[in-house]
Amino acid sequence: MTVLADLTFSAVALSAVYFLAASGLSLIYGLMDVLNFAHGLFMTLGAYAAWDLTTHLTTQLSAPLNFAVGVVAAILAGGLVAGLTELWLIRPLYGRPISQILITIGLDLAAVGLLLGGFGSNSLSMPVPLWLFEATHWGSLNLPNADFVALIAGVVVLVGLEWFLRRTRYGIIIRAGVENRDMVRALGIDVGRAFTLVFVLGGAMAGLAGLLNSVVFSGDLVSPLQGDGLLIFAFIVVVIGGLGSIRGSAVAALLVGVVQDFSNYYLGTHPGMAEIGNLSVVLLLAVVLEWRPRGLFGGTL
Amino acid sequence: MSARRWSVALGAALVALLALVPLAGWHIPWILPSTVNVLNATGTLEVLALCFIFGGVALGYDVLFGYTGLLSLGPVTFFGAGVYVFDIALTHWGWSLAAALAATLVVVLVLSLVLGAIALRVGGIAFAMVTLAFAQAFYYLVEDNPHNLTGGDTGLALASSRLPGFLSGAVSNTRSLYWLALVYLVLVGVVVRVVLSSATGRVLVAVRENEQRVEVLGLRPFGFKLVAFTLSSLVAAGGGVVYILLIGTAVPSAVASTTLTLSILVMVVLGGPGSAWGPVAGAFVYVYLQQLLLKVAAEPSFASLPAVARVPLSQPQFLLGALFVLFVLFVPGGFAGAVARARARRTSRRPAAPVARGDS
Repeated sequence: MTVLADLTFSAVALSAVYFLAASGLSLIYGLMDVLNFAHGLFMTLGAYAAWDLTTHLTTQLSAPLNFAVGVVAAILAGGLVAGLTELWLIRPLYGRPISQILITIGLDLAAVGLLLGGFGSNSLSMPVPLWLFEATHWGSLNLPNADFVALIAGVVVLVGLEWFLRRTRYGIIIRAGVENRDMVRALGIDVGRAFTLVFVLGGAMAGLAGLLNSVVFSGDLVSPLQGDGLLIFAFIVVVIGGLGSIRGSAVAALLVGVVQDFSNYYLGTHPGMAEIGNLSVVLLLAVVLEWRPRGLFGGTL
Repeated sequence: MSARRWSVALGAALVALLALVPLAGWHIPWILPSTVNVLNATGTLEVLALCFIFGGVALGYDVLFGYTGLLSLGPVTFFGAGVYVFDIALTHWGWSLAAALAATLVVVLVLSLVLGAIALRVGGIAFAMVTLAFAQAFYYLVEDNPHNLTGGDTGLALASSRLPGFLSGAVSNTRSLYWLALVYLVLVGVVVRVVLSSATGRVLVAVRENEQRVEVLGLRPFGFKLVAFTLSSLVAAGGGVVYILLIGTAVPSAVASTTLTLSILVMVVLGGPGSAWGPVAGAFVYVYLQQLLLKVAAEPSFASLPAVARVPLSQPQFLLGALFVLFVLFVPGGFAGAVARARARRTSRRPAAPVARGDS
């Protein structure tokens, strides 16, 4: 029973990171029909921004404050780069969806190449507060603090995003744009600004996801290719949840996280099955597609 | 002679010239990708053979992407399957060349029909993501080294004892492997031409242009899309077989990674999707430039450059990615599109139809 609870907790923490990575991707696709390959880059850059600041500030600030600076840096870096990407690369290609996908692929290749050249292909270690390595004991349960951080971040973003999309003017424009872009334009609303906003939001969440992925699941290591690895799972979450649906992303992230963690734990120890967690996620994708080709919440596609 | 005859004659002449390269021991400075500045040096022949292999793979991929309008992110699944099934059958099971080839054909055929049937249930962007997920699953599978079959990250060297003498891995055989790769490219070119100019090929283009209309005409697009998917898979697997014969070792990061998928996509887009020769030209430029850039970055004088210039210039991935971004922004339709526009301008007829496909 304890094992089951511990396992569920870590699966939910993993799901939170997947949700952060996938929800921006899903919004961008829902509003703009852009499959944003550079989303992995935004995650990687978020992690590197945090690494850069925290390693240089580590002697001047206390550990928790240092980590908070890293979190803010990751969010800002992801959002900034994503916003510039939209303005400089995506915007000139409006109305050419394939070219928009291709340019995000090119950007990802070029920037990751630059990171590989600048930082090398080896992972770099990020200084984090020791508190993150410890676990909170709760009865017989052992809940890692890092998982708590991921979980809280995921829940805060989910609630904040839902509030933003339902209660604010821009949120409503974005939702209307996902529903019917041309109609929003016909009403005289500047959808272009919403496009940039969605990229900034998605990039910020991606930056945070990149940092959390490093801290929670990669032993505080950052590497140039980490975002591209996470991106694959974000894609899977988006397709399972239904393109353009935030709630779909949340549910699908939970499903993927749980399936991955549980199959890893119960089957991954057998010889030759070390990758069973990843494989079962792909199997889950195939099953969902057979059953509901538009994903769980993808009615409006 | 008609324009079509001319282009066939031009292609044949190019192939004949390329076939003679292994016999030409000319000294050519600077532009060769090998450290030995002789045209038929082993290193240069190997790079050119890689150009042929990926030229063929790109051409097959373009049947799906450029002509049928389906953005697949999983060509490496089948390239890798070709590499690994062939390698495993020869190395682990000690099968003969013919048996290994037959096994590869059957496995890849079944795999592409099954995965294609699942992935083609969705269209557009979701199709891209699903094929990517399958490709990633394949990558995890071979990296995992189940039952010590694939060798994992250390790779699986091809045991050449069961191969006919002229194909076995010796360096002296680079010449015959070069010719084999050229034969593969020509074969792919012919097959792709034949299929695309058949009735089926016309339906594929119709699916790209307007899938609903194809359906209204009483045809099922699904079957035609599956044909395109399977054809491009088989071509990719063939490329994988020639690749493993040439390179001799199967490593997941080289033959099954997303990076390779993106490379193939970049080749096709550089050259011009949906054109007869564009993808091959794109593959040549991509593979050749990549090797040449690596050679340049290894030059001793290169190390004396300031870091600001040295770091970006030492990364072919950065340079090729940046080139790709510039092409997408400023050269729609790639090389083939640029040539078509230049020709249209010269003859001052009405501008040729844009070559970039799939954008709507």
